[in-house]
Amino acid sequence: MKKLRVEAVLDALERVLAFTGEEAEAAGLDPGKCIKLALVLEEAFVNICSYAYPEGSGFAEIFCGTEDRCFVVEIHDEGEAFNVLSLPDPDTSLGIEEREIGGLGIHFIRQFTDKVAYGRENNRNILTMHFGIH
Amino acid sequence: MEITSRKENNTMIVSVQGRIDAVTAPAYESGMKELLEKETLFILDFEKLEYISSAGLRVILATAKSLKAKSGKMVMANVTGTVREVFDISGFGAIFTMYDSIEAALAGME
Repeated sequence: MKKLRVEAVLDALERVLAFTGEEAEAAGLDPGKCIKLALVLEEAFVNICSYAYPEGSGFAEIFCGTEDRCFVVEIHDEGEAFNVLSLPDPDTSLGIEEREIGGLGIHFIRQFTDKVAYGRENNRNILTMHFGIH
Repeated sequence: MEITSRKENNTMIVSVQGRIDAVTAPAYESGMKELLEKETLFILDFEKLEYISSAGLRVILATAKSLKAKSGKMVMANVTGTVREVFDISGFGAIFTMYDSIEAALAGME
């Protein structure tokens, strides 16, 4: 798998999206899926920037590869143990007043991936996302 | 990301160009807050918006909520392509009134 290691700061978002976008294109992911990939990656990476390292700075590592006709992205951090998939989905049927601000990120992660899993290994949070090719 | 605005028939037409993501959402929010202090009727023109992430939807919802609190109104025009897809999958497509053009949105405001 190809790897990108960046500091977990918002300024690195563009590099993360450029890296995963190029790899996805090379793997043959169609343009519509590439947009969904960008949305999901933004959520996952921004989460790490915001919450993983409350005591200071840290890093994130992004791995890209292919497996069984899927483009696979893993995103690692060494922050506090946190399973983003444990968050509830927002109620997307509510109107402006009732609708909570937030919670959409996790909805995107679930909705736009074909498979997603969380694991904790060697003090790392690992989010593994599969995007089907064709 | 760039925001331009003009006023027509008492309505602010706010055109957004580029991307509203985690990096640019704060700039969008502060730009809108400034307009919200003086105005109550808004059309968001997304014809030149290339990309929106949940961070962008969050600030749009926040501004819509504060507008609603003072009996204002916000509708959208020219929400197409990827941006439209993001709106639909998040349920935002149903929250907001969408028009195919600024003219139609202006007519709908009356």
